[in-house]
Amino acid sequence: MKAARLPEGARKVRSGDRRALARLITAIENGDRDAEPTLQALYPFTGGAWVVGITGPLGVGKSSLINALLAHLRRNDRTVAVLAVDPSSPFSGGSLLGDRIRLDRPPEDAGIFIRSMASRGHSGGVAIATRASVRALEAAGFDVVLVETVGSGQVDVEIRDVASTSVVVLVPHLGDEVQTMKAGLFEIADVFCVNKSDLPGAERAERDLMDLATIGRAREGWTTRVVATSTALPSGIDRLWEAIAAHEKFLDESGRRSEEERHRLSKEIAGRVRDRVGAEILEDPSLDGLVTRVVERKLDPESAARQLYARRFRPL
Amino acid sequence: MVRRAKDPPIRVLIAKPGLDGHDRGAKIVARALRDAGMEVIYAGLRQTPEAIVQAAIEEDVDLVGVSILSGAHMALIPRIIQLLRKEKAGEIPVFAGGIIPDEDARILRRRGVKAIFGPGATLEEIVTTARTLAGRPA
Repeated sequence: MKAARLPEGARKVRSGDRRALARLITAIENGDRDAEPTLQALYPFTGGAWVVGITGPLGVGKSSLINALLAHLRRNDRTVAVLAVDPSSPFSGGSLLGDRIRLDRPPEDAGIFIRSMASRGHSGGVAIATRASVRALEAAGFDVVLVETVGSGQVDVEIRDVASTSVVVLVPHLGDEVQTMKAGLFEIADVFCVNKSDLPGAERAERDLMDLATIGRAREGWTTRVVATSTALPSGIDRLWEAIAAHEKFLDESGRRSEEERHRLSKEIAGRVRDRVGAEILEDPSLDGLVTRVVERKLDPESAARQLYARRFRPL
Repeated sequence: MVRRAKDPPIRVLIAKPGLDGHDRGAKIVARALRDAGMEVIYAGLRQTPEAIVQAAIEEDVDLVGVSILSGAHMALIPRIIQLLRKEKAGEIPVFAGGIIPDEDARILRRRGVKAIFGPGATLEEIVTTARTLAGRPA
């Protein structure tokens, strides 16, 4: 049995040990090199979950929406992990991680796992640790991983690096903001969710978004869906999940899933190489001398970069 | 430059179990801990001891702070500690805040509560104690 040949850390995560999973995520967040063998051993078990990003400005009710989705998914026998990312204070480095998504879940229900994560200085909405943590949750066997983020602007563009379906949550009366955001939003959203639809203006917001969705470029065969929800009533949660499921099925049936995954992985691997090289360059002994020449205006920065590059990557 | 946390932030769970609805104090403490560089998970109101312990484990916290103003501390806090131990997480220190009479405080300390803060405690005291309990005295 394959599981028996895994190193202990990986075996524990695969067997449902929640503490081991939680500790692995902590190790990922802390950049702990000791976690790497476990992550490597778990990697073959990733790729099986639906990873859904839930993003949008503050105050649109993302947490309540996730709360409602959790209940819906559990009723439909899907296991769900939630990763809720919040910003760290640039001053203290600390973070007030959002109220844990509250649910009347029986604590013995092992079908839900909720983890809060601080961005720790990463300027986008998605922390560097987010991607690896999503993989850990996938490898632990959850059917669905919901990643909740707040973008540094209004929405988080980086969510598409992590999620296969991205949901952008808005509320009525965002009006002008929607217009100014629309270019960015359509790059991100596979599904628009107009939350707090019990408030006045919701129908108008829904219509406006649907108009934009039809005018906007259909992304390779998928037209962005617009769903109105209200956690207060409640209503629309099942339709929201239907829209998400429809997009996931579209990815499978159209072959887009593997294309998009290849694109994400290419970016990720290039990014990892870039980070390593960047770190090495800063330690390069010839950097200081080059910097001096640039400061003295004897050399321009681009030429300095080219010299360093030539020296490191094209040895004579 | 790749940023590696040499000194990872302390993670704290702040919980308000039971029916107590006054959370202003807990939120003030949560903010103070955040301003001191900690990552604070606010578990929200009306949580059962089971839910609090589950959160402590999933969030892999270094500390659990329990706020109780309702007088139900003797029923709820030892239960939290017992459940943590049952989940093999008994090494996570628990501290308490709220309206807790001295005699109850003595009993709670014997049951494993590491620190108890009354209404007069300063935020500075709480932050310093939290750091010490988490094994990272300033």
